[in-house]
Amino acid sequence: MERTIHLWVGIFVCAGLVAVFILALKVGNASATFSQGDAYTVKADFDNIGGLKVRAPVKSAGVVVGRVDSIDFETKRYVARVGMKIDKRYQFPKDTSVSILTAGLLGEQYVGLEAGGDSAMMKDGDVVSREAHAIRGGPGEADRPVPLQQGGGRRG
Amino acid sequence: MSERVLNSLRGIGQAVVNGIWRLGYASGFFLMILMRSGVSFRRPPLTIKEIYTAGVLSLIIIVVSGLFVGMVLALQGYETLQKYGSSEAVGTLVALSLVRELGPVVAALLFASRAGSAMTAEIGLMKATEQISAMEMMAVDPIARVIGPRFWGGVISMPLLAAIFSAVGVFGGYLIAVVLIGVDAGAFWSQMQSAVDFEKDIVNGFIKSVVFGVAVTAIALFEGYDAPPTAEGVSGATTRTVVTSSLAILGLDFVLTAFMFRGV
Repeated sequence: MERTIHLWVGIFVCAGLVAVFILALKVGNASATFSQGDAYTVKADFDNIGGLKVRAPVKSAGVVVGRVDSIDFETKRYVARVGMKIDKRYQFPKDTSVSILTAGLLGEQYVGLEAGGDSAMMKDGDVVSREAHAIRGGPGEADRPVPLQQGGGRRG
Repeated sequence: MSERVLNSLRGIGQAVVNGIWRLGYASGFFLMILMRSGVSFRRPPLTIKEIYTAGVLSLIIIVVSGLFVGMVLALQGYETLQKYGSSEAVGTLVALSLVRELGPVVAALLFASRAGSAMTAEIGLMKATEQISAMEMMAVDPIARVIGPRFWGGVISMPLLAAIFSAVGVFGGYLIAVVLIGVDAGAFWSQMQSAVDFEKDIVNGFIKSVVFGVAVTAIALFEGYDAPPTAEGVSGATTRTVVTSSLAILGLDFVLTAFMFRGV
């Protein structure tokens, strides 16, 4: 009797743990999230972040390369400062332009990165400078997602 | 007339004082369980037997309910989502509602009525037949020997049951949405995976189920331990267990949700 009970409890605990693993790997995206150590943080200033939220994806060419880590208000110049954790595997040039885009009609907002031509790469803790954005104008192609707010101050 | 008013006022006062007294007594009882739970871990067979009674025997009701809840969610979700042309999002809907809310809450409600009521009745009857006093006479601490293992058995079982409920529910949703209705399987899983976050959704749901497990088991054990040693007393205590723990689950769920998901 004792043995059967232990056997059943063992089966039960295994089933519970399997369920947790299924939830974590199949239902959730635990496998896709990279650990904090493999990421570097880059900050960018925006006049208006619209509906951007912490943990929103950071995409470049449609591929998720990182996540929004923090959204703060910068009181010196009265702009929103968005911190992004970007996967170490993906290095971006210093003059990369950062913009907040909307996916689909009702879709969530995400941060889009467009690599520039600089040979120097962004480092951990960099703040994307305003001058870098001024080089690049608004979006060119019509089929691209509509930018809600171009990063940096001067637009157009 | 004034006598009547005074009496009713006295009644209200007595009820309030009684309620507060019971709350204090219950908190003391809860602390006592925690302090004397060394036995539950030094003698694992005791706790394992209680995991069997509380967890394994609740498996069937949890699996069947989880399957049906998932299937209903998929049917209802598809019905509404297809109007907006986004029927693939049905996977997201099923998974998020199960992992965040329905898994922990419905599993805890079922656990309260399936295992909590049984715990109360068992301990109430042990008390009514003076088995608990007999233990005290033999210098066996009934809280350490009887209550502690049941508490830990319930607390360990509850999160596992909630996880099984959610996983089976997602499978039920898959059966209806993909197999029966014919939503694209790839979109079903990939939309679900991009929407369900491990830390925010799954870990928080797990924390909820642990909290519910502690609440339900503690309430069930306290009601049993506190039951008047009569047939009527035990039946009243069993009813109170189900009512109080269901209310506690829903109330705690609101508080936890308010802390965990504030739309930030």
